[in-house]
Parts: sequence; C-alpha cells; structure tokens
Amino acid sequence: MSTTSATPATPSVAPTPPPSQPGGAAALGRAAAAALFSLAGLRQLGVCVLIGLTLALMTGPNGKAAEPLGAVRHAILAPRIVTYLIIAAVLWLLIALWPLARPLWSMGQAAARGPVTAVAQQRFAPLGLNLALLIVAIIMPMFFSNAAVTWMVDGVGIYALLALGLNVVIGYAGMLDLGYIAFFAIGAYTTAYFTSKTAISAHFPVSLNPFFVFPIAFVLAAVAGVLLGAPTLRLRGDYLAIVTLGFGEIIQLIANNSHWTNGPRGAFGVPHLSIHLLGINYSWKLDPKPYYYLLLAIIVLVMIAFGRLERSRIGRAWAAIREDEIAAEATGVPTLRLKLLAFAIGASVSGFAGVLFASKQFFNPQIFSLQASFLVVTIVIFGGMGNRLGVVVGSVVLQGLAFYLRDKVPATDRFIYFGAVVIVMMIFRPQGIVPSRRRKREISLAEHGVGHADSLGSAPTSESGAR
Amino acid sequence: MLLELADVEVAYGAVTALRGIRLTVDAGEIVTLLGANGAGKTTTLRTISGLLRPRAGQVLLDGEPLSKIPAHQLVRRGVAHSPEGRRIFPAMSVRENLLMGAFHDRKHVARDLEHVFGLFPRLQERVSQAGGTLSGGEQQMLAIGRALMSRPRLLLLDEPSMGLAPLVVRTIFDVIAQINAEGVAVLLVEQNAAQALKIANRGYVLETGQVVLDGPSGDLLADDRVRQAYLGEDVAVPEHDLPHQLAK
Repeated sequence: MSTTSATPATPSVAPTPPPSQPGGAAALGRAAAAALFSLAGLRQLGVCVLIGLTLALMTGPNGKAAEPLGAVRHAILAPRIVTYLIIAAVLWLLIALWPLARPLWSMGQAAARGPVTAVAQQRFAPLGLNLALLIVAIIMPMFFSNAAVTWMVDGVGIYALLALGLNVVIGYAGMLDLGYIAFFAIGAYTTAYFTSKTAISAHFPVSLNPFFVFPIAFVLAAVAGVLLGAPTLRLRGDYLAIVTLGFGEIIQLIANNSHWTNGPRGAFGVPHLSIHLLGINYSWKLDPKPYYYLLLAIIVLVMIAFGRLERSRIGRAWAAIREDEIAAEATGVPTLRLKLLAFAIGASVSGFAGVLFASKQFFNPQIFSLQASFLVVTIVIFGGMGNRLGVVVGSVVLQGLAFYLRDKVPATDRFIYFGAVVIVMMIFRPQGIVPSRRRKREISLAEHGVGHADSLGSAPTSESGAR
Repeated sequence: MLLELADVEVAYGAVTALRGIRLTVDAGEIVTLLGANGAGKTTTLRTISGLLRPRAGQVLLDGEPLSKIPAHQLVRRGVAHSPEGRRIFPAMSVRENLLMGAFHDRKHVARDLEHVFGLFPRLQERVSQAGGTLSGGEQQMLAIGRALMSRPRLLLLDEPSMGLAPLVVRTIFDVIAQINAEGVAVLLVEQNAAQALKIANRGYVLETGQVVLDGPSGDLLADDRVRQAYLGEDVAVPEHDLPHQLAK
C-alpha cells in the first residue's frame, strides 16, 4: 500500500503497450485513460488539487485579525482559483501520464520498477554537470540584489554547509540528530570568545583573527560531539533523537541564561574576517559578495572531501552500520567508534559554519533554536539524504522558498508553507530531490519488505506486516 | 583447545537464558549445538562472538578470556559469526557484502573472493546484485561467504538451514564440510539435527539454557531421547530418564 503512494510512477494499469507498435495511438489513448482514471490516478488528482489550493493560499492575501478566514475567502473563493485548478490539472496529467512517456524517453534502459535487482557500479556524478553548477553558483550573485546575496550567504550558504555536515550523521551513518544546531552555536560563541574583548562578557586574553578560530572551533565542536556521543550513541533511532534534542535545548538555554554569553542580548561586534599575510591585506566587510565566495569555496572543498570519505572504507562501513548494525559489528566493523566519528565530523563542520556566521554578523541565542535544527534536518531529507549535491540543492530550494516568502507571508507562517512543500515532496519523492543511489535502493528495498530501513528510512513493511 | 565456555551464564535482564554452559571446540572440528526453540543456542553463539556478555563464567579463546574484547575485534582473532537470519546487507551488492567480511584486513581480498566464489559459484553469477534481492539459499551462501572472507579459524553458524529447500540445505552442508576440511573449526547451531549430526564430530544438546547431553555425533544419533525429540522418531522414553552427560 505504501509502495503506490511512494512511487506514483508505478502504473496501476495493465502493462502498457510500447507506443511504437502499429495502432499505437489508439492503444496509447486507452492506456492513458486507464492511467488517469485508475484509483491511483484519481488519488494523484486529489493530491494535485490540494497542491493547487495550497499554492492559491500561499500567493493570496493575508488574513486580518478582524476577518480570520479572509485569506481563505480571498484566495480560494475568488476567480483566481481557476488558474490554480488549471495548474493542478496540468500537474496531474504530467504525473499520471509520466509512466507512459517514460519508455519513450529512456529507451532500452531498465526501468527501476519494483525492487532494484542489479546494483550498478559506483558511478561518479558527471564532472561536467558539477562544473556547470559551480559556474552558475559563481556568476549568480551578479544578477541579484544585495539583499538577495546576503540571504544567499546567511540563509542558503550557511545552511548548505550545515546540511553537508548533518548529512554525514544522517545520510552516511544513519543516526537522527535533532540538536545539531548546538554545535553551530558552540562555533559562534567560540568565535566571540576568542576574537573580541567586548562581543560577550567572557573573552580570551588575546583577541585573535577569526581565521585562527576556525581550527579551534573545529576541534571544540568535535570534542563536544564526542562528549555528547560517547554515552548516547549506543542508543538508536528515536532515543538518540530525543537525547540530541535535549542537548540542543541545553546549549541554547545556557547561551540564553549565562552572563558570560551576554544572555539573550547576544554577541555584538565580532570582528570581520581579514587576511594580513605577506603584504596582502584584505578584510571581509559589509558587502556580502566576498562572504559568498568564501563560503562557496568552503562548500566545494567540503563536498570534495566528503565525496572521498563516502567512497572510502569508512564510508562503506557507515553504509553497513546503517543497513544492519549487528551484522556490521559481527563482520568486524568497530560500530561505536565509527558512529562517534560521524558525529564528530558532523559537529566540527557545524562549528566551522558557526565561525563564519559569527564573524559576519550579530547573533543571539534565538538563532540557535530548535527550529533551526529542524530546518537543517528538513533540508537534508528534502534534498536527498546521503547525497552531497542533494543537500546543497535542498538548501537552495528550501531557503530560496523562505526568501521568496519573506515579504509575502508573516515570518511566523513561513513554516506552514515549508511543511506543505515537504509533505508533497515526501509523497512524490521520498528519497529527496537528488537522492543518493544507495539510499534510494535502501528505501526501495525496505518498501518491498527486504531489509531493515533505519530510523530514517521507510518503515519495513515486512516486519510490521508480520505482526 | 580452540574455544572453551566455562560455566557461562547469560541473562537478558531478569530472564536467565544460559545457566552454566560448558562447551569446547577443538581446532579443526565440527561441533553442533542442538536444541528446541528458546533453548539458548543463538544466545550461546552471540555470547561467544561478544555481542552478549556473560553474567558469570568465561569464554576462552586459545585459553585466553574474551570478557574485555569487543565483538568487532574478535574477527581479527579468527572468529567469524554468520548470525541468525543471515543478516546480509540488503542494499549492498554481493561483492560489497563480501568485501565487508574482509573489513579488518584487506591483504588477501582477491584470493579470498576467488575462494568464496569457488565454494559458491552462484554468488559469482550474482556478484553485482543487491543482497536483499537474493533468494533465501543465496543469502545464506552470502552470509557464510562473508564470514569466510575474514579467514576465520572458528566459524560460528547460526541455523544455516533455516527456511531453505532440502536440496539447498544439502549444498550448504556440503560446503560446510568442505570448509571444515580446509582446517576451519565450525560451531554449528541447528534445528535440523539429522543433517547436523551427519557432518559434525561432536554435539551438544541444550535445553532451557543447559547442556543436557553431549557426546560424539554417532552416540547422539543412536540416543533414544535425541531420536525422539530432535529426529522425530517414535521411541518410547520414560519421562524421568534424563541423565546428564550421557556419553561420558
């Protein structure tokens, strides 16, 4: 039952005739009608109409206190709804007829219907595509306003870096960490402590250039990760999630209540990044573009490094832990140590991002809220767990949406739209925008009742069905 | 003596699963562990491989206690465990699964892969197929192959015949005998007593966490109680007649 909703592309109709056969047009028409008006097709119609209504709401006017349902009335009970219903209908046709079009599109390719049987050889993401994306990323700031570029740094870039780090924990090692933003906070406050005498009450005797804080924060966050992880990583799934959630809250509460951290007032005046080396004097000031390029360079480096890590022996051991921890231990994988390593690596990337963030702008404990942790988790799942490019794309899409919504809806409502987008995504593409091959296979196998998906994968149907 | 269990007791919380097991495996033998569901066979294997810790007593490998050694390091010492339910990595290919078996030491990977493919040609045919999509018999072959990739001296096999067709069971048991002939000691947990006793040198019978019978396979095969309880033969045995350590 979960298989049809998860892979809407699977036709519930009888085998479709190849369209190239003689008399194909009539047969195709029949197949199309069957696809559209089958149970699955009608359900897809329902979902598409819901998407249309959501879009109508999102783009419509806001409600007022005097007229709480005003938004619904003006958005849905107005002529403009017709536009959105047409959009829904087109979307429905595209989705429902996609299985018919696919044979034309991918001639001869083994369609991945049902459980994947053959495991393709590890294929590297095409270099050309990556370079093209990089070039787009490099020229992009030139076409956007300063406000947009600022958001591309604070919103998209920082969160892309955070998502890359969390991806090691969630995507590679299969552990759910809901307090991830705590390490980001540790990085940010470490920066304030070491670089300025005035940013927060506590300060280091010597004020360092923020660049020197990168390694310090990197190590401190990793140590914090190990300290949190060592006693808790024996837990699995939901239990680990709860403990990490608590850790995130603790860090935020400490930041909010300690006088060393300036409490809720936050840190002012952390110096900007600057280089004074061999006659080169450069500092990152208020213009967001230099930060953007610095962040882009760091993200690219992290992506390259994690790509190597993923394909290494350690990466394969993480995959084994994710798929079956007991079997991994029994085959000689030091599971606890490797889980700790994933936790520490994820934490250190988060700490690293914290330094960049702190040296760019003012921050207070509110930034390190539970919502921020959830946002990073959402980005990772939305973009595609286990895929580096996927989580970056996830950050671009979700944070781009946030930027788009910024002037359109009240800030407090933003997460409603996030939720809607994520739910739609989970219905149509549970593996994320750019899924990792391995993850996709695990989810697909688990849906067909083979193997154990971890706490983040789909529920293994065979086990729940057996009871 | 390769492996020795000295009065091992294991408990899951308040529930005692093993009540003082004594058991030995010498280099190069096949020893089988028989018993009904819940007798403690799987618990015994998991205790040996370090996945569970004894509450009392000791597991000794080459006369050395294993109480402080984590499960993953036991592989280095030559103990490989093919766990109950096979537990292969479902989304990894056959090849990747086998490579995981050689995780701790990759010096001999190429030769060991060849060795495993020699024992199980079926695995070579499916080398790039996802483990989770193999048939039950092939998954069992993969689980044994993965354990062999670590070049064990002692192979722990937990119910390799579970849920398999008789023909496949015979293939698996033939390979177990072959592995043993190459010098690997095997501790075989089985419900299929007839097959197990046929290839084993010695056997132990477990009941509610205790060894109730042990001895050479031939003696166990001839024993009336074994025949009645585990081979399904119709032999009259008085209820109270259950002396311990029959074969001494």
